[in-house]
Amino acid sequence: MSEHHAVAHHTEAHAHGHDHHGHDGHHELGFIRKYIFSEDHKTIAKQFLVTGIFWAIIGALLSVLFRIQLGYPNADLTWMKPFLGKWITEEGQIAPEFYNALITMHGTILVFFVLTAGLSGTFSNFLIPLMVGARDMASGFINMLSYWFFFISGAVMFVSFFLATGPASGGWTAYPPLNALHDASSGGVLGVDYWLISMALFIVSALLGGLNYITTVINLRTKGMKMFRLPLPIWAFFLTAVIGVLSFPVLLSAAILLLFDRNLGTSFYLDAINLAGEPLANSGGSPILYQHLFWFLGHPEVYIIILPAMGIVSEVLSVHSRKPIFGYTAMIYSLLAITVLSFIVWAHHMFMTGMNPFIGSIFVIFTLIIAVPSAIKVFNWLTTLWKGDIRLNPQMLFAIGFVSLFISGGLTGIFLGNSSIDIRLHDTYFVVAHFHLVMGVAAFFGMFAGVYHWFPKMFGRYLNPTLGYIHFWGTISAAYLIFYPMHFEISLPRRYYTHSGFETFSDFAHLNAFISTVAIISFALQLLFVFNFFYSIWYGRKLRESNPYGANTLEWTTPLRPGHGNWEGDIPEVHRWPYDYSKHGRDFIPQTEPLSQYEIEHGEHGDEGDRDIIKKEEDENHKG
Amino acid sequence: MEAVATTNAKDLWSGGDSPFKVSYGKIMMWYFLISDTFTFAGLLISYGAIRTSQPKHDAANPLSWPDPNEVFNAGPGFHNAPLIFVTFMTFTLILSSVTMVRAVQEGHQMNRSGVLKWMAFTILGGLVFVGSQAWEWSHLIEEGMTPHGNPFGASSFGALFFLITGFHGFHVSVGVLLNSWAFISTYRGVFDRRGHYEMIEKLGLYWHFVDLVWVYVFLAFYLF
Ligand code: HEM
Ligand SMILES: [Cu+2]
Repeated sequence: MSEHHAVAHHTEAHAHGHDHHGHDGHHELGFIRKYIFSEDHKTIAKQFLVTGIFWAIIGALLSVLFRIQLGYPNADLTWMKPFLGKWITEEGQIAPEFYNALITMHGTILVFFVLTAGLSGTFSNFLIPLMVGARDMASGFINMLSYWFFFISGAVMFVSFFLATGPASGGWTAYPPLNALHDASSGGVLGVDYWLISMALFIVSALLGGLNYITTVINLRTKGMKMFRLPLPIWAFFLTAVIGVLSFPVLLSAAILLLFDRNLGTSFYLDAINLAGEPLANSGGSPILYQHLFWFLGHPEVYIIILPAMGIVSEVLSVHSRKPIFGYTAMIYSLLAITVLSFIVWAHHMFMTGMNPFIGSIFVIFTLIIAVPSAIKVFNWLTTLWKGDIRLNPQMLFAIGFVSLFISGGLTGIFLGNSSIDIRLHDTYFVVAHFHLVMGVAAFFGMFAGVYHWFPKMFGRYLNPTLGYIHFWGTISAAYLIFYPMHFEISLPRRYYTHSGFETFSDFAHLNAFISTVAIISFALQLLFVFNFFYSIWYGRKLRESNPYGANTLEWTTPLRPGHGNWEGDIPEVHRWPYDYSKHGRDFIPQTEPLSQYEIEHGEHGDEGDRDIIKKEEDENHKG
Repeated sequence: MEAVATTNAKDLWSGGDSPFKVSYGKIMMWYFLISDTFTFAGLLISYGAIRTSQPKHDAANPLSWPDPNEVFNAGPGFHNAPLIFVTFMTFTLILSSVTMVRAVQEGHQMNRSGVLKWMAFTILGGLVFVGSQAWEWSHLIEEGMTPHGNPFGASSFGALFFLITGFHGFHVSVGVLLNSWAFISTYRGVFDRRGHYEMIEKLGLYWHFVDLVWVYVFLAFYLF
């Protein structure tokens, strides 16, 4: 039977020049086509994940270095000289230019390479086809290109570390005029050009990926998979891709203009500037223009980072509380609201640019409105947990941790969103605390939840749960110990190389040392996770049942180790939404199971209680 | 029962719902064009922001925004004819959109020679446009316009002009390349064997888009 279908695909594939294959075993692909230039969405997902882990280690290592500088400004680091060369001064200190490069690269790498490519790239790729019931992405080839553009973009960024004048060092936001001039900083000499080229390639990668995610969700859903039967992660990935496709191009324009200003003598962002006492010829541009273009991407970008995490967490919370997600439709509408609103709040990053206070107040209002859908989501997560039959496995812990962090970081967002308060808080550690909790660490927790949850589907083995518990409790403690105290550093400006030169800042010396110590411990903990990850790929406990968590979604209907094409026979048909847990006295009802005779689908007319339906069914059985 | 519904391999691949009744390739092209719109919008908004910060045209002020009639008043072999050459360029580009529509129609009829004929005209139109642009650029460069200087007035005019027309010209050039590739594939009968000329339709979408963007570029630099 399945043999017959496989043959059918192949004829189809040739007749229409389609780019899909049934399942492997029929086609033996060579090592290169199978693992390197693979078009299988599952392999591409793993490529994104492993590359993301690589960048996460680099990015976190950079933060350890700058935290050493902030926490122990006088420590003797001469022992690092063999590795870092001239970036360690004669006195054994981190060189100031190097510090700037560290924070710049840390931000860039984590925001773009880890939490955008590593997160969306991994889970959109892995889960979209599996959860919507498709054999692969709409275009496997474009999908493969998306990964390789990401790879090359990373390679360019990596090479910039080895430039004699160092990588970009003007902040992950790359504001002009600092970043528009070659001679204003050492990172500006060449590093920023590498940075811009790398970003341009990254944007291409994000667009290619996003186009695929969008089309796959729209066009390749299996029979019965209506939009309102999609699992929440899919909605989240879909809208993330929409945001990316609409906002990344604007960053591309911004980057092109900046490249021109740097290398062709234009003055898009430059006007009336003195460099080292000498006036420059540039005139007529505006550095604020760049900020607008940048933040038109920049703000949506933070939602590009958090939406996938939200989707993953919604799924994990529901599966492991054995309860339907609370407010499925409300979840979708709040995702949609966030998507739309995320495009009209960008100037809250610019309250201090001297903008007209009236315009500022409009952005304040939109910013505060965006808190509403976010709060709805939090409410729904908490209510999903309420009276659930909770399994506290590592993925569930990380999902709950996500909710906690998202609340903690989100609350400070409400302060910052008010321009009158932001004027006081802008560019202080309060902001650093805010965005690390709400975006940085929270998105990581979403990602961890996803990795622990789907690892068995990805690699056919489980991660070690004991290491998982240590990882969770260590990381959540570290996250709060690092970032909670930063809320008190509201008189400490961010991005300063040292605070020791100013009397007012000396109060924070001990606190900074404490934060740095915890940061270093937390880095070690993440290495423990990396160890667990690679160890378990080869030596973890084997997955033996196809649906280990009793989940409803389609990925658990595939074989233990699905090949290219995902299902061996037909693609399953879908008959219901994905969250029928603890319904009609049953633990779970997979999406593939047709509604029983008197069953009302979730969300359909009326809310006839479960009990009535069961009773009707029982009556029926008695009669029969 | 389920098996019956899915024995047709095509259903198997394309899933159950296709709300827009469009193939994935066209949806992808549409979303790409939307995203490209945002790239151009970013550039054109920058144009607007910078331009409105400069003094309005004023013959007495050498730093004011230049008068397009003065800047663009020549063509190959003629002078003092404001905007004539760009009118020709614009007309060529629009004509090439018309021929593109014809190519798509012929594709629907599965008429290979028709597609070839109209694609050839479209490619020709694109080449003439890019060629004219090259001429205009080199002419302006000769007259002293650079990304950082402009004998006719505000220097940002030069920068914006080269940037935005360059980016548009790049799009046209890519279009010409893709169209030529489609022309060769048509000639080889690739689409006949595939059973449809959807590729020509997708390229048509792109080509019309590039044409449409030109209208805005034209308005920004040549008319206002
Ligand atoms: C291991 C935990 C982390 C620690 C200890 C840490 C530490 C820091 C510190 C202290 C700063 C401020 C540097 C300065 O102002 O001089 C910073 C900046 C930043 N971090 Fe982290 N970070 C961590 C994880 C993350 C994550 C997960 C993200 C991903 C979103 C992230 C993104 C950023 C960004 C975007 C900046 C701003 C860079 C800049 O403005 O120069 N960080 N980090
Ligand atoms: Cu924002």
